[in-house]
Amino acid sequence: MDFLTLIQILDSTVRLATPLLLACLAGLFSERAGIFDIGLEGKMLAAAFFSAAIAFTTGSVWLGLLAGIGASMALSGLHGLASITFRGNQLISGVAINFLASGLTVLIAQSWFKQGGRTPSLIGNARFEPITLPFAEALQNVPFLGPIYYELLSGHSILVYIAMLCVPGSWYLLYRTRFGLRLRAVGENPAAVDTAGISVIGLRFAAVAICGILCGIAGAYLSTALQAGFVKEMTAGRGYIALAALIFAKWRPWHALFACLLFGLLQALALRSDVVESVLQVSVPDQLLNSLPYILTVIILAGFVGKAIPPRAGGEAYVKER
Amino acid sequence: MDVMPRWADVILVPIISLLIAFAISALVILAIGQDPVAAVKIMITGALGSTYGWGYTLYYATNFIFTGLAVSIAFHAKLFNIGGEGQATLGGLGVALVCLSVDWPHWALALPAALVGGAVFGAAWAAIPAYLQAKRGSHIVITTIMFNFIGLALLNYVLTNILRPQGQMDPASARFPEGANLPTLHDILAPIGISFSKAAPANITFIIAVLACVLVWLFIWRTRVGYELRAFGHSQPGAVYAGISPVKITMIAMLISGGLAGLMATNNVMGEAERLVLNSVEGAGFIGIAVALMGRSHPFGVFLAAILFGFLYQGGAELALWASIPRELIVVIQALVILFTGALDNMVRMPIQKLFLALRRSKAEG
Amino acid sequence: MSADTIAPAIELKGISKAFGPVQANKDISIRVMPGTIHGIIGENGAGKSTLMSILYGFYKADKGEIFISGTKTEIPDSQAAIRAGIGMVFQHFKLVENFTVLENVVLGAEDGPLLKPSLAKARKQLVALSEEYELNVDPDALIEDIGVGMQQRVEILKALYRKADILILDEPTGVLTPSEADHLFRILRGLKDEGKTIILITHKLREIMDVTDTVSVMRRGEMTATVKTSETSPPQLAELMVGRKVLLEVDKTAAKPGANVLEVTDLKVTDAMGVQRLKGINLTVRAGEVLGIAGVAGNGQSQLLEVLGGMCTGTGSILVNGEPIDLSGKNSDARTRRKRGIAHVPEDRQREGLIMDFYAWENVAFGYQDDPAYSKGLLMDNAALRADTEAKIERFDVRPANPWLNAKNFSGGNQQKIVVAREIERNPDLLLIGQPTRGVDIGAIEFIHKQIIALRDAGKAILLVSVELDEIMSLSDRIAVMFDGQIMGERDPSTTNEKELGLLMAGVTETGAAA
Repeated sequence: MDFLTLIQILDSTVRLATPLLLACLAGLFSERAGIFDIGLEGKMLAAAFFSAAIAFTTGSVWLGLLAGIGASMALSGLHGLASITFRGNQLISGVAINFLASGLTVLIAQSWFKQGGRTPSLIGNARFEPITLPFAEALQNVPFLGPIYYELLSGHSILVYIAMLCVPGSWYLLYRTRFGLRLRAVGENPAAVDTAGISVIGLRFAAVAICGILCGIAGAYLSTALQAGFVKEMTAGRGYIALAALIFAKWRPWHALFACLLFGLLQALALRSDVVESVLQVSVPDQLLNSLPYILTVIILAGFVGKAIPPRAGGEAYVKER
Repeated sequence: MDVMPRWADVILVPIISLLIAFAISALVILAIGQDPVAAVKIMITGALGSTYGWGYTLYYATNFIFTGLAVSIAFHAKLFNIGGEGQATLGGLGVALVCLSVDWPHWALALPAALVGGAVFGAAWAAIPAYLQAKRGSHIVITTIMFNFIGLALLNYVLTNILRPQGQMDPASARFPEGANLPTLHDILAPIGISFSKAAPANITFIIAVLACVLVWLFIWRTRVGYELRAFGHSQPGAVYAGISPVKITMIAMLISGGLAGLMATNNVMGEAERLVLNSVEGAGFIGIAVALMGRSHPFGVFLAAILFGFLYQGGAELALWASIPRELIVVIQALVILFTGALDNMVRMPIQKLFLALRRSKAEG
Repeated sequence: MSADTIAPAIELKGISKAFGPVQANKDISIRVMPGTIHGIIGENGAGKSTLMSILYGFYKADKGEIFISGTKTEIPDSQAAIRAGIGMVFQHFKLVENFTVLENVVLGAEDGPLLKPSLAKARKQLVALSEEYELNVDPDALIEDIGVGMQQRVEILKALYRKADILILDEPTGVLTPSEADHLFRILRGLKDEGKTIILITHKLREIMDVTDTVSVMRRGEMTATVKTSETSPPQLAELMVGRKVLLEVDKTAAKPGANVLEVTDLKVTDAMGVQRLKGINLTVRAGEVLGIAGVAGNGQSQLLEVLGGMCTGTGSILVNGEPIDLSGKNSDARTRRKRGIAHVPEDRQREGLIMDFYAWENVAFGYQDDPAYSKGLLMDNAALRADTEAKIERFDVRPANPWLNAKNFSGGNQQKIVVAREIERNPDLLLIGQPTRGVDIGAIEFIHKQIIALRDAGKAILLVSVELDEIMSLSDRIAVMFDGQIMGERDPSTTNEKELGLLMAGVTETGAAA
């Protein structure tokens, strides 16, 4: 494998890791506050559709992004209503949200665009175009570092850079601010938060709202940056891979970045099985490469690679005694 | 004292939840510019207006009875098995291997063997998540989701590289031998003088599904292991106190659950497609969740809910055909049913409880 | 100034609160004067905690008014209570286990959106407060690494950091040794001298007499009396608590012990977190006697019952009627123990002893589900089980006498009667019984105590674990005291006293060394 192929694979790793990372951080905020969320997939899907649909209709990708975030947050609100206000089962709520998004997106797409459940292709300002970082072109021919800068670091859409910035941002918010302290506390022992005079419901809704925003960006990225338009079921299980990455990262922001890059790399390799074959000298079925994130997560969950302990109050609705 | 009488808990609350789910579905149909009343008419004629329609309704219902029972059994042990999809996928592989391995002389021999094959493969696919939950505390919801994806990848691999006959393009197995083809309801009912559509896929496995309901009911409420399973589901420390092994019960519950999901394949793979294709389960594993929630995890409730979803599926197909409403409408209805009978249960339940409390108070005072 | 002219620190007028059909507080009025320690005493379930939770804004009262220092105050949530200068130390601490002491104190009382300045400021104050009141806490220790006594002091610090003038403590000594309790009371007296008002909720008469100035008595959701502590006596308070003269002594003849039924040697248990809970227990129980295990909650008594009852594994040796029983492996479970003639009334009937959502008749088979008498071929014989339940309900006077009622719909006393009936009617060689009367009304207490003594007189061995010293003293023929996973010593109830037992419970032996 030559240097350029490596750079290309890493470049597509970054592209593929971006939606995983955004969704993973979304799940991190929700689960750190004690709300399990297996509805990441559905929220991303809804956001992917609405951002593509609005971007196409208005011609502005930024309005599309807003619409995607709005759709995702609406589903977050539903999840909050079910699991916080009415203390319902968070897992069941998440399952329902995934189906709701899966059905509604196609239904609306069909009645809106009549193209078999997809949006028309996005062009021009209706898409997030790659950004060329300063001097990228000029430095392109510098040996070794040039290609890394030009091919790998430069030339992504703005959402990729936003996703990367979300990592230190999340870390700071969680560990260096009052809000973060309270958010982590409410996922560990909501009674402590309640008796300290802070609203458990308010905090958890805030967490779920952040989750909605991040899932919204992730979905918008899929349909307006990674691809040019919405197609049916385009999330393709990314919400679940993000969930897997979250467990892999043991609910910590920096670890989430590495987990998502790893899973992104696996996805990138699955697209280039020729490269894998030439490096390993054996043929690896791409089905195996595709399911590696899931297999790795099972191995992590089984505790063979350290124990993943979720937030203590996770999955439980908060009920005062009695 | 209980706040509500039992009938309100078992019948009133689910029915109200269902009505809300349907009302919102009607609004969705309105919102996409269609007429809900006309849609319901198409669905009813299409699904129940002919033996052809009934044949499809019961065919789908058969799938959902198996997956609904699978989710229910696990629910009784307080385990959430989201892996019905993967277990049914693997069940299909088991059924296909059984059907393809022998040139079966008669279906009466092939069916029992296929039942064993489907159940064993389904149970095996549930066994690893079950073992990890029981022994290592790995959250079964996450592991079963992961196993759905792994199962699909595995089947994809087996179909493309092993079971695909030479020269065939699509990833699917060869056709099953003639002797492994199951009698349809037409074949069963014709000798007793009832004419039933020949084209509909409903087959003898519907009767097996009904039998499974009865057996699951007996198991849960009449056997010692069923008693232990329910006790474990209500209180794990209590189970340990009573000498019930959590590891054993988790394994038993999940193996039965996976086995039931795997049994579904005798209907869709052996009874209908008569060969193994990639996406043969078509989401039935997930619909099992809605069916179990609506049926309150009781086999009789599961039976009714499965018939209802069978109706929705066949009706939905008719809608797609005649009213240009995409089939995905059914996915939306399914989501709403899960939402209202499952996650938003308290939203429906709490006002009704208040009502009964007020009624009792006024009775006590009056 | 006389007491009449200063406004009370707290005055509650006509407070009522119902949980569904249960009336937890009925028209309660109370005045607490500033700078005093005011005790609230009552049986379990009398409504003390509910009342204080209302005052702290944790629950909302259905009716009634709250006055703080003479001003009518609405307390819709804990935030409002904190603003009104009220702090509360709950029975079950409200701490975040994997946070430090400092983070727990700061939580909810931060100075601004950023954490660093808040933590720095809090650290300074924490050190000052800690010194002023002899609280001795390390601000950087994780909660999960410190003992319960220190966790409780963190709770007090939390209240003080929020500038509480009124401090409510709910059953604060339940998890403390007598000496830790004394330390707590010293702190409380110090706070009172600073002018703080303290409300102490307890069901222990001794604490009320030791530390309070005034005491209010609650019974079944109502306030029955408020008296000056110096003008009352324990018997009078006890009578006010239960509404009639209490029979503290249990009628029993001297024990006639026979052969050893249970012999425990060097029994060790390590829990799931890797903490050694039993550190080499040796004891014997003979036929026809009650061995009482005294101790502060959390010193290994629960693990002792669990390992004997087959609920967890351990090492060492246990002989029942001279034959060894397995301490690990597949024959170490509760089912095998029952077959060996061991019956077990667990400490927590709601979590362990009963399935709350099962019918009474289903619960009668609980633990004995594989009894051939309850089975018919492959299936369970539910008719036989229901007949057996009806008989047990009659003999143990369970009310309402309805086998089709779910366990959760019986009162605490009647739930316990179902468990005791199930276990005692097996006619076991050895009965393990933990906290037999916790949350049980007086009538049922007497009934259950009589059943225990009757089983003893029938020549059976009984191992009794209770945190109620009175109960241990009145039922036991011998008393063993547990501390930190070990037996500190054995005493004869007729010659020992509460003080001697209390010292052993704190780990102080005759030689004066604390273990």
